[in-house]
Amino acid sequence: MFWLLLGIVVLMLTSAVLVLVLDNLLAALAASSVVSLALALVFVILRAPDVAMTEAAVGAGLSALILVLALRRLGLVGAGGARDGENGDA
Amino acid sequence: MPRFATVLFLAGFAFLLFTLTLTLGFGEPPMRAGQGVLDQAVAGTGAANAVSAVLLGFRGLDTLGELSILFAAATAGGLVLGHRRPAPDAAAAGAILQAGTRLLFPLMLVVGFYIILHGHLTPGGGFQGGVILAAAFFLPVLAGIGAGPDHALLRVVEGLAGTAFILIGLAALWGGSVFLEPLLVRPADLHALFSAGTLPLLYLAVGLKVGAELAGLLASMARPGGGEA
Repeated sequence: MFWLLLGIVVLMLTSAVLVLVLDNLLAALAASSVVSLALALVFVILRAPDVAMTEAAVGAGLSALILVLALRRLGLVGAGGARDGENGDA
Repeated sequence: MPRFATVLFLAGFAFLLFTLTLTLGFGEPPMRAGQGVLDQAVAGTGAANAVSAVLLGFRGLDTLGELSILFAAATAGGLVLGHRRPAPDAAAAGAILQAGTRLLFPLMLVVGFYIILHGHLTPGGGFQGGVILAAAFFLPVLAGIGAGPDHALLRVVEGLAGTAFILIGLAALWGGSVFLEPLLVRPADLHALFSAGTLPLLYLAVGLKVGAELAGLLASMARPGGGEA
């Protein structure tokens, strides 16, 4: 159980760092969803299924949806790569 | 100088965590009310799921407060996002999203209502189910294969659900007990859908309200032209 938890924590930390590092905004969003899903798994292991369900629905689902919509509203979804490339070069 | 401030902050944070881990044993919260609530939660409300029993039976007023906060947040979001903006040319949705939406939409509806209606028996409840419902109604918009939910209808559903929640609470008051106290309590039975008195009705109201609110918020975010519906 300890090693499983350790693996999940490593996965969470890796995805959390990826959120900061990734240039593609959609990929960073997906990575932030991975953090929430792994956290939901931790809640299940800690025997808190209600919290796990909330974390999966709100953290992984709804907040990702809201952020995608925000990206679309800002026009960063379609032309995400090019703009990120400019940012990376600057 | 900003770097020095960062180091100072990190050191302070590490010191805080270090002190916490030293003084508090893991899994031994210094809380005394928990065991007492747990002892009476299931028998006192008739809900087999102790979490729901606490959420609606013991602190229903807090749940009402959470609903108000969510309502205020959704209203403020709609207000800010209602401004007219030039419509960004949205990229067409991919084949995976379109096919997945057709597959997932009915499934998510069923799962959402299942989670809401079984909130007093199994893990889940109004908030989780409501979020799933809102996401379900929103997938077709994201995939570009259907219009979003009707804004006026959403507002009616949200208002009715909120009114129903408060009316159920007032009914308890009228019967001589405390506001939002669970009524018609019977012994908890994990296998009976209609078992926890008024708690399932409260959860249905919570689920519909949360779902309608979030769907409205998402709809106002997605509408490129903005403005009132």
